[in-house]
Formats: sequence, C-alpha cells, structure tokens
Amino acid sequence: MIAVDDISTILSSGIRLTIPLAFAACGEYLAERAGAMNISVEAMMLGAAFGSVATASATGSATTGLVAGVLIGLLIGFVHGNLSHRLEINTFVIGLVLNALVLGLTSYLITVSSFESHQVSQVSIPWLRDIPLIGHPLFVERWPVYLLIVLVPLTWWLVERSRWGLELRAVGEQPQAADVTGIRVNLRRRQALLWCGALAGLGGAYLAVGEVGSFNQNMTAGRGYIVIAAVIFGAWRLRRTLIGCALFGLADAMRLALPALGLTMNSQLLVVAPYLLALLAMLFFANQNREPRALGQPFERGST
Amino acid sequence: MNEVREDLRQDSPQRPGRKPHPAPGTDDTSGRRLLAFLTPSAGGWQTGLATVVGVLVALALSSLLIAVTGGSPLASVQALFQGSMANWTAWTSTLLYAAPLLLVAVGACVSARSGTFNIGQEGQVLIGALFGAWVGLRLAVPGPLLLVIVLLAASLAGGAWAALSSLMYRIRGVNIVVSTLLMIFIAQQLVAFAVNTSWLLQESRIGDAIVSPQSNPLPAGALLGSVGEYPNLQVNGGLLLALVGAVLVAVALARTRWGFRLTMLGLNPLAAKHAGVRVNALGGMALAISGAFAGLAGAVLLTSPVGVNRLQSGIAMNIGWDGMLVALVARNRPLLTIPVALLFGVLRSGGGFLAATGVPPFLVDVVKALLVLAFVAPPVIVAMIRRRRAGVRTARAEHRPAPVAEGAAL
Repeated sequence: MIAVDDISTILSSGIRLTIPLAFAACGEYLAERAGAMNISVEAMMLGAAFGSVATASATGSATTGLVAGVLIGLLIGFVHGNLSHRLEINTFVIGLVLNALVLGLTSYLITVSSFESHQVSQVSIPWLRDIPLIGHPLFVERWPVYLLIVLVPLTWWLVERSRWGLELRAVGEQPQAADVTGIRVNLRRRQALLWCGALAGLGGAYLAVGEVGSFNQNMTAGRGYIVIAAVIFGAWRLRRTLIGCALFGLADAMRLALPALGLTMNSQLLVVAPYLLALLAMLFFANQNREPRALGQPFERGST
Repeated sequence: MNEVREDLRQDSPQRPGRKPHPAPGTDDTSGRRLLAFLTPSAGGWQTGLATVVGVLVALALSSLLIAVTGGSPLASVQALFQGSMANWTAWTSTLLYAAPLLLVAVGACVSARSGTFNIGQEGQVLIGALFGAWVGLRLAVPGPLLLVIVLLAASLAGGAWAALSSLMYRIRGVNIVVSTLLMIFIAQQLVAFAVNTSWLLQESRIGDAIVSPQSNPLPAGALLGSVGEYPNLQVNGGLLLALVGAVLVAVALARTRWGFRLTMLGLNPLAAKHAGVRVNALGGMALAISGAFAGLAGAVLLTSPVGVNRLQSGIAMNIGWDGMLVALVARNRPLLTIPVALLFGVLRSGGGFLAATGVPPFLVDVVKALLVLAFVAPPVIVAMIRRRRAGVRTARAEHRPAPVAEGAAL
C-alpha cells in the first residue's frame, strides 16, 4: 500500500523534475514553431547550469547565478542562430557540435575548479501549502518556479497572438512565402533561438542553483533531448507540450522513488517512456499536420 | 499590382548575375574553358585556407583553455603523443579505437551523400552490439564461423534499426533526423534491459557471487584477433574490416551507377526523381547501409580487445557520436575518413594519458568539437561570401537601365 505521504513526495519530486523541462520546453516550442529545430537545447541547459553555479559561487548570490545562466543560454542561442541561420550550416550538425563542446568544456572546467554551494530561497505560500496531497508539492517551491506563471502565458501570447508570433509561425510553415511578404526569415529564426536560449538557460540554471545547489559533470544528463521529445509529444502545441513535460517529470520521479517504496518495476521502461511516447505521437498524429512544415529545413533565398 | 508585373516582365528575359553575357570582345570560349578547368572548384582554395585558419584557431583556443586553467599546453601535447603514438603499445590502442570510428564514419558518409542525415549511429552501434552478443552467446557454432555470424548479425540488426526510421518516414512522414535521434535513447534502454534481465543477457550467477549488469564474456571463437605478426604492434581484424569498407564505399560512390544515383539523390532529389531514381527505396537503402556499418562497429567494439568482450550498457563509449563527427570533418568523403578516424583514435587513446599532466581528459572532447567546427564552417562561409558578392553584383546590375540589347535576343 502506498501512503498519502508517499504520493505527496513523488508528486513534489515530479514537479521539481518537471520545472526545468517546462522552462526549456517553452523555449524549444517557440523555436520549433519558427522552424528552427535546435537540438542544442541540451547545451543551453548544461552550459547555463555550469555558468549559474560558477557565478553564484563567485558573487555569493544565487540570483546573480540565475541571471548568468540565462545569459549563457542566450549566448549559445546566439552562436547557434548565427551559425545555422546566418551561415546556413546544417542546424543538426551545429546542435551536435555545441552539445559536445559544452559537455566537454563544462566537464573540463568542473574538474579543475571547485565552487561553493548556493541555492535560491524557498517560497512557501501560507494556507495553500496546507492543502492535503497537492499543497506541499505545489506551494512550497524555490521562487524561480513561479516565473513559469508569467513565462508560459507570455510564450503562448507571443506565438499565438502577437504580430511577431504570426510572422514566426509563417516562417516555420512557409519560409518562401514569408520571405516574399518581407519577413526576414533567418532573422526571425535567430530571434526564436534567442528566446529558446534564454528559457532553456533559465531551466538549466534553475536545475543547478534551484534544485541541487551545485554542479556535477553532465548534470542535465540528456534532459534537453527529453524537452525535444516533449515538444514532439505535444504536437507543437504549448499546452500538450507542458503536459508532456509533467508526464516525463513524473516518470522520472517514479523511477527514483520506486526502490524506496519497495516496488519492483522496470526502470528502463520509465526512462525510455518520453522517447517512446514522442515517437508514437509522431507516428499516430502524423496526419493531423501539426508539425511546422519547414521544421529543420534551412532557408536560403532563391532556393525552393 | 501592375507595377509588380511590370517589374517581373523587365526581369524575366534576363537575369543579371545568374547568366552573365559575355562582354563584347571576350567571346573566347576555349580560353574560358581552360580557365575554368585551371581554377579549383568554386571557392576551393579559399575554403582550404579558411580551414587551415580554423584549425589553428581551434588549437589556439584549446591551448588557451589549458593555460588559463593552470596546465601546460606543451605537456598536454606530449601526453597525447605518449598515449597514442610514442610506442607500439600506444599505436595498438590508437588503431583499436580508430577501427569502429572508421566504420561508423564510412556509414555516415553513405547516408549523408544520399541527403539523409542519420544522427542515430550511437543507437545503431548499441543495437549491433546487442544482437551480436545475443547471437554469439546463444549459438553453438564452432570458431571463426561464429565470428562471421556475430558480425553479420550485428550489421543486420544495426541496418534494420536504421531502416525502421526510414520506414516511419515512408508510412507516416516522421522526420528521419528526429526519429534516429530518439531511437538512440530507446536502444540505450534496450541494452540496459537486456543486461539487467537474467533470462536475456545478464551474466549467469556462479555460486553466491553478485551478478553485474553485463553479459557473459563472448566465447573465444567469436573474438576478433590480430592480423599478421609484428613484434609489438597488434593490428586488429576490425581495422582491416573498416579499411576494406571505406575503400569499397569510396569506389561504389565514385564509380558505380548506384553511387551516381545516390549522389544525384543527395544533390537534387527532384531531379533524381525525374531521372527515374526510386527516391524512397534508394534513400532508405542508404540509411540502412549506414546503420549496418554502425552495427558492425558495435560488433567490433564487442569482439575486439578495445573493450572487455562483454555486452555492457556503456559499450558504445560515444563511438557512434564521434564517428559521425569524423564523417563531418572528412566532409563525407569515405577515403578522407581514414586519416580523420586515425586522428580521432589518437585523441581518444592519448586522452587517457592527459590525467598525469593534471589536465582533465575532457580536453579531448573540447578539441574534437572545435575541430569539427573548423572543418564544417569554412565551405559554408566561403559559399556565403561568394553569394553575397554575386548578390551585390546583381543588385548593381539591376540599378542600371536594363540592357535589353542584342545579347538578350540570343
């Protein structure tokens, strides 16, 4: 039998594992709607995690660390955008190289340096935290979590309701047509990548100075890929993407909690769930035509 | 609306910049042909120069990283040399790493040349190793025959794993790059499952000993031995296999009808289709071949002395990722992958010696990534600069009153 406390524990661990995914997924969602398939989201998260811990240790302030993480994410987004949407090097190649570079660089740097541990402060909302079962998981969190309340609607509004987002979606669906109407396709994609970098950076920084308080080698451990899987699972819609993040975060929490609960379940199945679900979603929802039509395709004026 | 049409009409008879008309007096076609022949391919020498500069920048940045973190770049280079080339033992280790890298890279060339970007080699390597191990441990076939069966099974499995992506693309339009990427993680968990499950491949319990998540060692008959007799250097059969594969693929791409069709498909799918190439079948085949090479690399990792000859979760050692980087550095030319795979082998086996100098072995990963950038960026940059210049020329030509003169009538 599983007690209520256990469920609450799994829930709060699931939510904590979901938050970094949710931040990054907002960014990746926006980038993919612009047709910019960037698998460098892993590099953004990992680089930001390292940068935030290093900065927090140097300045003694976890909040500064968080800001530094966002800046690192922006930097990686800027590099990726310029290499793949100005120079038109294959975006997947750039993504892979950036992932390898950041993994190597952060592993190198963490080996030769040591940092003090800093964590952003916790916010505990009175009354609401006393709700049984969901009170503690939802309302006792580190404060950056509540940025999501602003950033998720903002991302949605940017993509679905703003003029910029309309142009962004046009760039993702029909870059040639968008170009003819005077939208600068590659500029929009670079901007989308910057947004993605900032949010993925926030996610990575939150993981480091929010959850853990320190950095260890390959800290994100493929979370960037899970984010990509979540966007695919969500069929390029924000709400479903976030549901995917929550699902994958919970699966991860289950995997960690199962041994303690004395349950034996296939941990490989839980690890593989995000990728499997993303693939299945692509297989089954293929004919709904949800995928941005120019996803991952470079745009070059004059080519068809 | 009318204005636009007017513009189009003015543009259409002649597109400046695309088809330059010979200026009066330079109508010397044979001379131009000779010039074109003597000039290296568009932007060739600029690309070469930019690559050299890029490599130098990559090396300088890496040295800077070492220096800033308190290490000595010179000592690091010495350590890399010590671990990879200083003596026959070091060479043996370098060649052992180079073989699977080369196999993966050759496969990556095939799919990339057909215009299909396969980034799932890491998973295909794992699936190859998984099925190789399964066949090798389950079949009771004597000696060398078992090795052949293991290698075949591994390449078939890797090919089939890659072909799945192609199948998903054909029936449901699933993006191949994304599906090959996602299937890496599925392959990783499949292997983890197999080595954690007693009725699959987990090692058998002997007495009360604790069982680890790994398979039993492969029987001696299924192991890849050394080729030839040298005093201290050991050249593993896997390297021979990889070299033969590289040469075969190079010849097939350059000299056969299949290779011509494949290259045409990669350069212009629409033209290939109109020329009667069965686009889907050929593209799928290229993907499967690249998976088969990766699977074979998995079998080499399993059966050669580079590992412990057991199936473990970490058996792929990022060889799949690195092999793809090798192909990128070699710009998808099968023969060029040979020296590049050797270089990456040097970095891998030298990396182990870095620790003695106080420089973390992760330096090697940084160097590799920077090198790839140094090789991938120049052709694109040169092409862009050329395009920009052509664009400027076109724009200037457009500002002049359109010369609808004698030339256009031809």
